[in-house]
Parts: sequence; C-alpha cells; structure tokens
Amino acid sequence: MIETDIIIIGAGPVGLFTVFEAGLLKLRCHLIDSLPQPGGQLTEIYPKKPIYDIPGYPTVDAGELIDKLMEQIEPFKPEFTLGESAATIDETEDDQFIVTTNKGTQHKAPIVMIAGGLGVFQPRKPPIENLESYEDKGVEYIIKDPAFYQDKKVVIAGGGDSALDWSIYLVKNNIASEVSLVHRRTSFRGHLDSVQQVMDLAESGQINLITEAEVVGIGGDGKVEHVTIKHKTEGEFQKETDHFVPLFGLKPTLGPIGEWGLEIEKNAIKVDTRDYSTNRPGIYAVGDVNTYEGKLKLILCGFHEGTIAVQSAFARIHPDKKNVLKYTTVNGVNGF
Amino acid sequence: MAENMITVHIIDREGVKHDLEAPTDMNMNIMEVCRSYELPVEGRCGGMAMCATCQCYLESDTELPEQSDSELDMLDEAFFVEDNSRLGCQIQISDEIDGIVLRLAPEGN
Repeated sequence: MIETDIIIIGAGPVGLFTVFEAGLLKLRCHLIDSLPQPGGQLTEIYPKKPIYDIPGYPTVDAGELIDKLMEQIEPFKPEFTLGESAATIDETEDDQFIVTTNKGTQHKAPIVMIAGGLGVFQPRKPPIENLESYEDKGVEYIIKDPAFYQDKKVVIAGGGDSALDWSIYLVKNNIASEVSLVHRRTSFRGHLDSVQQVMDLAESGQINLITEAEVVGIGGDGKVEHVTIKHKTEGEFQKETDHFVPLFGLKPTLGPIGEWGLEIEKNAIKVDTRDYSTNRPGIYAVGDVNTYEGKLKLILCGFHEGTIAVQSAFARIHPDKKNVLKYTTVNGVNGF
Repeated sequence: MAENMITVHIIDREGVKHDLEAPTDMNMNIMEVCRSYELPVEGRCGGMAMCATCQCYLESDTELPEQSDSELDMLDEAFFVEDNSRLGCQIQISDEIDGIVLRLAPEGN
C-alpha cells in the first residue's frame, strides 16, 4: 500500500502544480495517471502547441510547460503511479481514503485531490454496432504484445502513425500470417517514411492495403471470424480475419470517478469555490474536471484552485496546527 | 439585423433547424456559437481541431477558406466523415459565411 498525504488523480499541469503548493505546506503527494507519462493532454495531445496565457511566459509550448513544472516540483519528490487509472475509492474508519487503480495498485491518504482534466484517455471506438461484444474476443484497441498475433490474420483500421507502424511491424517481423490495413482515404497523413514503407509492402503483396473503405461490421461465433468492409465505390464485402484492431487514437471520458458519489453536473464535478471541496469531505476537485458558477477552463485558473485547495487540505490533516501563508521570496523552497 | 451580426443555420441531430445570430466582431467560430446557444456540440478540445466533436456537414454553397492541414488530419481519423465534412471550430464567423447551413454530425467522435 502506497501511503502519502495527498493522492492527486491526474498528472496534468494542475495536478503537478498542486504538488508544489502542497510541498510548501510540507504535504507529500502521490499522483495517479492513466497515461504513461506526466502532463495529461498537454503532452499527449498538443505538446508542440504554444500557450500564451501562462503568466510570465509570453509563449510556452505545452510540452515545455510540463517540463518546467516537473522541474519546479522536483524538490518535493512527488511519486507517480502512471499507466493506471483510478478505479475505486474506499473510506477507512480512521478517515483515510484508499484509491485503487484498474491494475490493483492501492494508495492511502487523508486527502484526495481530483485533477483529472477531461478524464481518462481511452481508445476511440469506431461506430460499429456489435463492436463491444467482440472485445477481447478478437477486437483489441491497443497492441500490447505483438506475439499475441503470431500466425494470425489481422485487420487493422486507421490512417495515423500507429495504424501504419503496427501494420509494418507485424509484417516485417513475420508475426501475423496476413495483415490488412483499412483506411477511409487513399492518402495517409502519418510519417512519410512509414507511409512509403506501407506502400512498398502493399506493392510486394505483403500488406493487403484496402483504401477508400471502412470496416462497418463484425461477425463470428463467439469470436471474430470476419469483418465487413464497405468500399466507397465497390460496396460491401466480407474479409476473413482472426483479429480486428481499430487504431483511431485516444479520447478522454470521466470514467469511474463519475461513480464515486460526487455531485456531477455536465460531466464535471461540482465544488465549493471557498476551497474547491466536493460534496464528500476530504475529496477536492481542481482544474478542468470541476465546475462552479463562473468556471473558466484555463490552466492558470486550475493553478489557483489547487493552491486554495491544499490550504483547506492542510487544515483538515492538521486541525490543531496554525498555518501562516509564507512567501517563497522570503523563505525559499525547502524540499523534502 | 444589427451591425456586425450574421445568421447561421444549424440543423441539429433531430433535424431541427436553428437560425442563430452570430457576431462577426467577437472572434468566434461555429463551434463556439453553437455552444453559446446551448446546442449539443461538445467542443472537447477547445477548438484546436483535435477531437472532431464539432464535426458538421456543409449543406449550403457557401464558399469557405481552404481547410488547414490540422483540420484535414483530424477529419482523416474521425468517424462519420463525408465529403462535405467540416470542423465547426475551424469556421470563423465572418460576413462571408452569412446564411451558411450546417448539419451537426452524429455523436461518437
């Protein structure tokens, strides 16, 4: 069991900066994030996009802002559980919370700070009616272990880098017995080198490239046996396959946190703006995941919210201790 | 019609047409106008052409500026895409698009 003072759910910019403000109050933090790296959507979706409304930075790339935040919070030695999403929350008799991830990792703390942004990133699923009934029965959204596809027929759908790269990988390493790549258009917008490799493999007959087409149906008795492919001009046809792997990137959803007994409004958690506490004492919500009258979904507002929330968290953890606001200019940053 | 206002016609997913007045001097786009009228447009990425939740179909012969690479990239990966698909967040409100007709694409992106 991992024990800390504050469990922060979400390692985006707001979660990260909250570590700093908590650290000034000598509170330790442990962050949980479903993505494999800190930064949330800034590193996952738009690392190279400039942000112009971070005070003191006329412009800063999203990825660079995360690097700077990681540097800023380093003195407070934050710990991370990455690549796992917070699944359940339980309260103990001594007023502590236990947050368990989808992989079973347990974290215990008196305070939970939800900085979950837009939510947990999950694969984007194409609109195929019976898709979900074949999940883990031949439909996978992520290729975890390529060896799983040894000597299998695989249909990959998508036009981005992961669709291209996995198609190439499964062919070049002699893994799949047959690889078909289905893409809605004739051109690909992935890396030029990957596109060229796919074109070459298609030319030599090693990849079955099906363009201007979409997978619109799945069939099979208890597992995937074939997919229905709809071609723009030639109509529908069936293709035998053992696996169907749609690779259309990730999208965020609020996920299990929505079931934690918190007051939800328009897919966001309602908070009291005095301290960004939720309706469950000891659980706070900061950043894009919360909502209140006048809410602005801005990183800089999230920084403010986290700062206020840790003051309240401190009072809850140490009801007998007096806390006086200290300026970093006077006291410096005294890490752990 | 007041100065600096145009009308945009949005057909929602139930087929109902909404005639919306939109200001040309507020640096707004179609996604933002829809949201300000509380039409069911999510605009999850905030207008960066990175989520396709504001996808719509252009149903008038309005001349629009050429699509950017980032819009084309996103539409390449999106679902329910047709030849007349556009991302609402990439259509700026301007005098040139007065009277535009757009139909909201299905949810699921």
